[in-house]
Amino acid sequence: MVAMKKAGTPHSPKLAMYKRALGDAVLKLNPVHLVRNPVMFVVEVGSVLLTALLGLSLSGVSTATDTPGFTGAVAAWLWFTLLFANFAEALAEGRGKAQADALRRTRTETPAKKLAARNAAASYTVIASTELRKGDYVLVTANDTIPADGEVIEGIAAVDESAVTGESAPVIRESGGDRSAVTGGTRVISDWLIIAITSDPGEGFLDRMISLVEGAKRQKTPNEIALTILLAGFTIVFLVVVATLLPFSIYSVQLAGQGTPITLTILVALLICLIPTTIGGLLNAIGIAGMDRLIQRNVLAMSGRAVEAAGDVGVLLLDKTGTITLGNRQAVEFVPMAGMSRSELARLTQLASLADETPEGRSIVTLAQHQFGLEATQNDRDAAEFIPFTAQTRMSGLNLNGDTIRKGAPDTIMRYVSEQGGQVSKAMQLAVEQIARTGGTPLAVAYNGQAIGVVHLKDVIKSGIKDRFNQLRAMGIKTVMITGDNPLTATAIAAEAGVDDFLAEATPEAKLKLIRSYQAAGHLVAMTGDGTNDAPALAQADVAVAMNNGTQPAREAANMVDLDSDPTKLIEIVAIGKQLLMTRGALTTFSLANDIAKYFAIIPAAFATTYPVLAVLNFMHLTTPQSAIMSAVIFNALVIIALVPLALRGVPYRLVPAAQLLRDNLLLYGLGGLITPFIGIKVIDLILWALGLA
Amino acid sequence: MMTAIIQIVFYLLILLLLARPLGLMMARVYEGDPGWLRFLRPLEHLFYRLAGIAENQAMSWRQYTLALLLFNGGGLLLVYLLQQIQGWLPLNPQAVPSVEPALAFNTAASFVSNTDWQFYAGETTLSYLTQMMGLTVQNFLSAATGMAVLVALIRGFSRQHTTELGNFWIDITRTVLYILLPLAIILALFLVSQGVVQTVAAAETVPLLEPMTASDGTVIMSQTIARGPAASQIAIKQLGTNGGGFFNVNAAHPFENPTPLSNLLQMLAILLIPTALCFTFGQMIGDKRQGTTLLMVMLIIFVSFAAMTIYAEQQGNPRLDDMAVNQQVNDIQSGGNMEGKEVRFGLVSSALWAAATTAASNGSVNSMHDAYTPLGGLFPLLLMQLGEVIFGGVGSGLYGLIAFALVAVFVAGLMVGRTPEYLGKKIETFEMKMATVVILIPPLVVLLWTAIAVSSTAGLSGATNPGPHGFSQILYAFSSMGNNNGSAFAGLDGRHPFFTIGGALAMLIARYGLIVPVLAVAGSLAGKQKIPATAGTLPTDTPLFGGWLIIIILVVGALSFLPALVLGPIVEYLLL
Repeated sequence: MVAMKKAGTPHSPKLAMYKRALGDAVLKLNPVHLVRNPVMFVVEVGSVLLTALLGLSLSGVSTATDTPGFTGAVAAWLWFTLLFANFAEALAEGRGKAQADALRRTRTETPAKKLAARNAAASYTVIASTELRKGDYVLVTANDTIPADGEVIEGIAAVDESAVTGESAPVIRESGGDRSAVTGGTRVISDWLIIAITSDPGEGFLDRMISLVEGAKRQKTPNEIALTILLAGFTIVFLVVVATLLPFSIYSVQLAGQGTPITLTILVALLICLIPTTIGGLLNAIGIAGMDRLIQRNVLAMSGRAVEAAGDVGVLLLDKTGTITLGNRQAVEFVPMAGMSRSELARLTQLASLADETPEGRSIVTLAQHQFGLEATQNDRDAAEFIPFTAQTRMSGLNLNGDTIRKGAPDTIMRYVSEQGGQVSKAMQLAVEQIARTGGTPLAVAYNGQAIGVVHLKDVIKSGIKDRFNQLRAMGIKTVMITGDNPLTATAIAAEAGVDDFLAEATPEAKLKLIRSYQAAGHLVAMTGDGTNDAPALAQADVAVAMNNGTQPAREAANMVDLDSDPTKLIEIVAIGKQLLMTRGALTTFSLANDIAKYFAIIPAAFATTYPVLAVLNFMHLTTPQSAIMSAVIFNALVIIALVPLALRGVPYRLVPAAQLLRDNLLLYGLGGLITPFIGIKVIDLILWALGLA
Repeated sequence: MMTAIIQIVFYLLILLLLARPLGLMMARVYEGDPGWLRFLRPLEHLFYRLAGIAENQAMSWRQYTLALLLFNGGGLLLVYLLQQIQGWLPLNPQAVPSVEPALAFNTAASFVSNTDWQFYAGETTLSYLTQMMGLTVQNFLSAATGMAVLVALIRGFSRQHTTELGNFWIDITRTVLYILLPLAIILALFLVSQGVVQTVAAAETVPLLEPMTASDGTVIMSQTIARGPAASQIAIKQLGTNGGGFFNVNAAHPFENPTPLSNLLQMLAILLIPTALCFTFGQMIGDKRQGTTLLMVMLIIFVSFAAMTIYAEQQGNPRLDDMAVNQQVNDIQSGGNMEGKEVRFGLVSSALWAAATTAASNGSVNSMHDAYTPLGGLFPLLLMQLGEVIFGGVGSGLYGLIAFALVAVFVAGLMVGRTPEYLGKKIETFEMKMATVVILIPPLVVLLWTAIAVSSTAGLSGATNPGPHGFSQILYAFSSMGNNNGSAFAGLDGRHPFFTIGGALAMLIARYGLIVPVLAVAGSLAGKQKIPATAGTLPTDTPLFGGWLIIIILVVGALSFLPALVLGPIVEYLLL
């Protein structure tokens, strides 16, 4: 995506991005914004409270036992905690904002030729694109910018869609069929189109894309809401734990007859350390970064819900052509009939294919060259009269020195041979059936009116796709191949590609039915589609990726659009969805595991004067009660910054079964989260001691 | 050491041998097949006819909840009124007067909520009629209520695309008729054979062999020995994790728990149904491994906490060591800290009971927990604070554990890259909200009530010990009430209305504040599609998940109570 690549590459924009994020981080301190995030809102309230306490203590009003320096330091680090969390969120948004700016520049106001009626001969008036409304007809000619999203109703033209897709090669847009949707902001290079406008100003595809990448309308996703509730629950528990600690402490002082009750500063510090600030602070950034990872791969998700659903997908419906197989069939074998040698058949077929520029034709030339070292001479080329493929004859070939060679679909060739008075042998029919049964496409060859053999054209399975499917299966995702081929061919290809199931002779109705049956069994289904007749299936699927070169109805029905129009991307989309959820889970686990160490730092420190025996719990041997509490607070703030890269990049994702993922991630983020703060707090305490601040 | 291990292993072995067939039988009962008890069928139908209940009428979660609340509310009122008028009613040979209203409310709330916290002494406060018609009946019904809620939750998992959770009236009738009554009758007969009393005769007054002189100089010549219909109440008090003793000193009383055999039987009865329900659960959701995993989680926490309690008690009191007192195990003494323990049970059976009765929300005691060493008292206290999910109350323990499992699944599920699901059901916002409420309420009640107690003269009037042990007493009392356990640290004086009325509220909130959200989750789950398990599904029947669930339970418990425990038992221990 040209427009997007500009944003991320050189150094200065990156610096600008950080600067902008810093500014945004301060703006995000606005409590109206923070109140949506209960954990961080509590941090803000704590920060304000301690700042007020600092003010009171400096002005001599307060008689708190803590020094203003200590209260001030804790307050400062609480503000840092907030700023770090805001910075992470702003940074995640920053990437999207830069892209949105680039997109916005392409969305300038353009003049539109509004037609009085829906035909090219009608008169037009030039108006501003912002005045166009749904249902208007416009004429666009070469070098015009298409003023708004629409449907081509007449004409054919080459359109440069690089503004949207970043792909510089122009694409063909024409009325009818599956290539009729055009996007506002793209440019017509040749010829002309009449377009029926399908969107009002500000609601076009480009507008939607801008608001999506900017995250302006980002709604919390269902899973995010559920997690926020759990985090709020923990926050409430810790609020009560900390609030009740004051009376407990006062009572204990009475019982012990020594010491002073726990101070407000320490209570707030304890509270902020205990509530899950790590995940609370990074939750938004994780969500935004997940969407952003999709955008980096040129996929636009219409909602975060769709990205989460991608993680849950149990069945992938994959189009055979382009996803499982390379787009073209290739010749793999020459099957001669009696009286004909294999090399002679290869030679004749190669001759017949010399002028055939289709991938299949070229593959025949290459195969003959490869197997028999055959190379057509320039003489042959000059002398030959090439017969191109036409819709009427349905054959191609050449006439050379009085010989005729024809190739085509078996039934066409057989009919041709019979017309020429020749005989079609039983062996020929057997060879044709044999090839069809193995999933190949037979191509018959006739020489001077006699059938001489068959070429085996084969769908070529993409390399590595079988391993990919095996991995998907290991992680519980079923792959289903969708093809228009007959069941015989489909069975063979499905077996070779290693898919779990297939739908042959697929019609839109059959697809819809298949999706419904999987959903009834409890699976979430993902699919790609581009045609108008895919729209119902796309609307039914849980994750529906429309190709950007598809029709408007398909794009409307889908919940994601792939700007590269690459059906293989479905697998990547699933991976991104899973990665997003995993990152959330990993940081939640890490955040909660951190609390154990913080207790061991703060509790002995908090009750040091009342019960000096509790010093045995301070097995980290933190220097002083103040330095212990400061170290915990500082660790709590710094860990957010330390985890920003992980939150933005997402935790590494591998295709392994769930049980193994759970074990690995529990070890890494659970055990890691338990141990890390012990080390971190100790190190910070040592630094404070070395600096003479302990 | 060896005897302790042998006792624990022997105990667990019999427990599991009894629990499995019972669990499977209960699963059949809830699916409408009472097995060889089917001769009671006409009786069951008669009840429905009398009450006008249509047997095929299923309830939504709201109807189920409403029926439950009405039923328990009626029970509360009845037990309260019974205490108010017992003075005029029959079966009151000791002619005890009506109970003071605040105490009566506390007792009613306590028995209806399956807590069985007792601020009264049974033999001097309640008539036989109140004990039998009020308390014993609620012992059955509160247990049946907990089990019905669990069964409704299980149906939420096993059904799909429905709003129907079964019929509360039918579930409760079947629980009492086919499960609780037969078991209670068998156990009561066993107990009577060991010497537990069962009579409606008045207390016996006998002359003392050696007359004694009271502090005011009067010479006491005779003793009143309390009796009553004890065996019938004790059987269900243990089976239904109720725990309210017939006599004040509960299962330490020789008429409630006379022999080591009666002790073993009662200890088995404490954990029997909570253990069996794990099998019922596995059977009813059609995946036995899920039930065994939850049972293993309970067993592992229970055994380790029981072992630590026994170990702490066996170490004895270091202050006595300083005085050269022999606290070692030998042929003539069980050693360790024997204060507050009955010699006929010995140290291990007392400490094991302490762990069992606090793990399960039973609360009956055969030794005085108040007299345990600081660490010996810490583990039973923590077992309650974990939310009464390690066995817990009948039904309520398992549904509480399932709420923890939902949280465990939620966090771990995300780590495998899927939105979380448990037993084939997606765990979404609503379930999370309710599970959070279920997990939040007990610690909030415990901490808030304790905080109010230590900052008010009313609350402080209850503590009878100076130093951090006074704090432990208050914390223990509210940990017990706020988790529907009912065991007392003893030593707490609960006459003040703060304890009677405040305590009653704590018990009611901890019971119904959990039941309603659990039933709401059941309703929400029942409507959801079941998702087939694949290799991408988080496996919840593995040791790994079991271990994770244990960590979640311990971490939530530790994070909520560590500061309070530090100021109570832990500092007590360090100061000892």
